[in-house]
Amino acid sequence: MVKIEETQLPGVGVRYEFLTEDGERVGVVHHRGGRREVFVCTADEPDSVAMTLDLSDDEAHTLGEMMGVATVVEKLVGLQQSIEGLAIDWLTVDAGTPYVGRTIGEARFRTRTGVSVVAVIRDTTPFPAPGPEFHVEAEDTLVVVGTPKGIEAVTEILTAG
Amino acid sequence: MSQTALLFLELGAVVLLLGVMARVAVRYGLSPIPFYLLGGLAFGDGGLVPLVTSEEFIDTGAEFGVILLLVMLGLEYSADELVAGMKTSARAGFVDLFLNFTPGYAAGLLLGFGPLGSLYLGGVTYISSSGVVAKLLGDLGWTANRETPVVLSILVFEDLAMAVLLPVLGAVAVGGTVLSATGSILAALTAVVVIIIVASRHGDRLSRMALSSSDEVNLLTVLGITLLVAGAAEQIHVSAAVGAFLVGIGVSGEAAHHAKGLLTPLRDLFAAVFFVFFGLSIDPRQLPSVALVVVALALVTGATKFASGWWAAKAAGIGSRGRRRTGAALVARGEFSIVIAGLGVSAGVAEGLGPIAAGYILVMATMGPIVARVLGKPAIS
Repeated sequence: MVKIEETQLPGVGVRYEFLTEDGERVGVVHHRGGRREVFVCTADEPDSVAMTLDLSDDEAHTLGEMMGVATVVEKLVGLQQSIEGLAIDWLTVDAGTPYVGRTIGEARFRTRTGVSVVAVIRDTTPFPAPGPEFHVEAEDTLVVVGTPKGIEAVTEILTAG
Repeated sequence: MSQTALLFLELGAVVLLLGVMARVAVRYGLSPIPFYLLGGLAFGDGGLVPLVTSEEFIDTGAEFGVILLLVMLGLEYSADELVAGMKTSARAGFVDLFLNFTPGYAAGLLLGFGPLGSLYLGGVTYISSSGVVAKLLGDLGWTANRETPVVLSILVFEDLAMAVLLPVLGAVAVGGTVLSATGSILAALTAVVVIIIVASRHGDRLSRMALSSSDEVNLLTVLGITLLVAGAAEQIHVSAAVGAFLVGIGVSGEAAHHAKGLLTPLRDLFAAVFFVFFGLSIDPRQLPSVALVVVALALVTGATKFASGWWAAKAAGIGSRGRRRTGAALVARGEFSIVIAGLGVSAGVAEGLGPIAAGYILVMATMGPIVARVLGKPAIS
């Protein structure tokens, strides 16, 4: 796995970046307003940005769908096939359950059951690797990975709270 | 002509002129602030066209502009960012404070402003313009550069320092005894600390509770709270500006994002009015006599600001070009220098502060973006 480095930019947003094998610094600045700025620095000039690309929220999702989501799905399929005792499930959050409007962090799925939420699918838009601050809405589908027992526990938590 | 007709004609002419000047500034990638100041100098006493009926409106509008500038500054940062910034940038922040406050303070002493009046000139030369710097970072495509967190953390530190400095200056402006001044300074500092702690623990939840889906409700709520707190702060001699800044810090998360969008147009209008007002309060005929002082101060504090940025970037392990960009990006002074100078001028603490501050800010707000463009160019290395 590539190691992603996160830097807070006060008043601007958050910067995520990683080093490629060839030593280029590549990353995305998430501006507060939702704009994404993709940037690349060459290996011999790591401090200055060589190229940037401004993307609106929509465009960023499109680019993500063209690259990121496809690989996440690939990896999921790979996991399912290769590891015994590991289950993946798609759980729908019903309206009226206690976690609607709350964050993944607040629900503490991983602490309580050992199950990770690897993606959330809202309508048809996937949100891969949601952070703990991600708000769960009614009718969201949570893609979860864990032991079959753990997933059963999550199903129970989602219905009973 | 009726009073109302005259009022609208005057205001219309002023605002339209500001619009034209801002257009020119944007066209050449400059900050519009010096243009607004020039506009203010051109009108009013000793200027080309005296304003008669609208001075009262501009007066109130200017006060409003200061409040909006500060609440927006508070909205830029969450309490957590301020705390984190304080921890990571303390050393660079103090170097920056020492190197850039001292020249202004020393110049004030030399010019006979006295130990208290000189605090204002020190504040004017100390604080970089977050507005100009943030715009420069975006315009020049420096946002993702490695040194940018260094630049931003220095700005955060300066803004916190201003939250401390403003009540001190406010207390000096009010005069009174050392005891009452100390009291209001302590009250201000306590308020700053309490708000930051409360906001970092509960700000998100409180803000989300107050957030409505209607823009109208949000605008009126945020504006109402800001004005109330600013008024209360002014009443206990903590300075309305600090009150507004604290409201901005207290509002966080999604609510802060909404409020920012709603208040930006208001801020743009009333901040421009404030800059004009500051220009109006200064007689342009006094400018030539302070030109030498202004140029000397600009050269010295341009160099010290560059040096403090350069040093901070070096301490963060940034290469030589990044260091140069950090220093150059921070050179611009602007809106907050005017806020500080405005406090001093309206308090009448030091004869001659106004023209010097106006000249200085004119030079620094104009030169800042130019210096950044020239020194930041890759071609030099």
